[in-house]
Amino acid sequence: MKDVSKVIKKLVLFLAIGSSLQGFAVSEGQKEGTVSSKEDVDAYILHHIKDAHDFHLFSYTNSEGERKHVGFPLPVILWSSNGLVTFMSSEFHHDDNGEVVVEKNGSKFVKLHSKIYELEEGATSLSLDEHHHAANAHRVLDFSITKSVFGILLVGLFMLWAFSSLAKQYKNKSVPTGFGRVLEPLVIYVRDEIARPNIGEKKYRKFTGYLLTVFFFIWILNLLGLTPLGFNVTGQLAVTAALAIFTLVIYTFSGNKDYWMHMLWMPGVPVLIRPVLAIIELAGAFIIKPFSLLVRLFANISAGHIVVMSLIAIMFTLKETLTVGGATALSLVLSFFITLIEVLVAFLQAYIFTMLSALFIGMAVAEHEHEHEHDAEGHVVPDAEDVRGDFI
Amino acid sequence: MYNLIGAGLIVIGAGIGLGQIGGKAMEGIARQPEATGKIQTAMIIIAALLEGLAFGALFLGK
Repeated sequence: MKDVSKVIKKLVLFLAIGSSLQGFAVSEGQKEGTVSSKEDVDAYILHHIKDAHDFHLFSYTNSEGERKHVGFPLPVILWSSNGLVTFMSSEFHHDDNGEVVVEKNGSKFVKLHSKIYELEEGATSLSLDEHHHAANAHRVLDFSITKSVFGILLVGLFMLWAFSSLAKQYKNKSVPTGFGRVLEPLVIYVRDEIARPNIGEKKYRKFTGYLLTVFFFIWILNLLGLTPLGFNVTGQLAVTAALAIFTLVIYTFSGNKDYWMHMLWMPGVPVLIRPVLAIIELAGAFIIKPFSLLVRLFANISAGHIVVMSLIAIMFTLKETLTVGGATALSLVLSFFITLIEVLVAFLQAYIFTMLSALFIGMAVAEHEHEHEHDAEGHVVPDAEDVRGDFI
Repeated sequence: MYNLIGAGLIVIGAGIGLGQIGGKAMEGIARQPEATGKIQTAMIIIAALLEGLAFGALFLGK
């Protein structure tokens, strides 16, 4: 009986995904050409790196010479000057140059370079200034379910399902079965290799939950970015900045007396140097540490995506010199191996983010304790700190 | 043009740094194979810090 309900659940999930794909938002008669020149490749890669308001899987030209886009739309939620406005992104008909005007609640909206603008009163179409910025429109507060938000929700739901089912299994038996067997060693790894040695035996338990969450969140999203779905969630500055701010908040609010003492009024150095050190330490704790976390993840993942897509683009850029077959073969070989490296990078970046978060938290909660080494007979071996104490 | 030269300089510097980290870590592992785990962890942390610096510079120069 239980198996039957499981099968039904899976079937429903499969149908839900399948039917959403059925609802193709196919637009008619777009005049965009195919990717062929170097400029097209650059534009295409930059477009992929950015977040988007709809899910674009692929495009093709049908027998009547029309350009068809296959994908599905996502909801657009805006806070405009006339209040809350919601509509599906398919109303823009894949336009990204501000040509299609959508009128809702008395406001007119256009989409320009993946950003939604509201036209000023009285304007009927978008006009651009000499820098290709919108001249008669302004940005609105955009709470849309974009591609990245969709990815985050997807991974969030997946993690909720995967880890709650893993946790439930421990009620009855000590060894998990099925998918839990894949997750258990990873959970143990994060706990024993990242949290425990960096935060310390006494306090690691409190922070392991956060470290596990952030590790699996980044890792799964990095891997999702390598699928042809076109996600680039961990390559968005906003996402990595939010993750870095979580870590910042956690180590700032869990810092103990010694941590703040060492940051603001460093003991053991001349008094005149202490304010200088305080400035450096404050800048380190509040700017440099979170900045290094967010830029590393963002730059690594974006760079990886750019490299993979550039190697795929060899097909188009070198087809004259190497013939179509040669260029395709070269691009296939190169992009295959770089994708293998990216699989490693996906894990490594999740590991490094978690590791450094654990390290920063460990610095903030470290107890000031002085342990003595003991020799074979159990006598205390004096170390450098003891010896120095004798001289002072 | 100048930012390309700058990017090149950053990569040269980061390359030297990564080479030093990797090389010294290997020397350490060769001398003390039982400390491999600890050395690798420290190596990855320092490499990550260096990488953050290099990416920060590339990002600012872009």
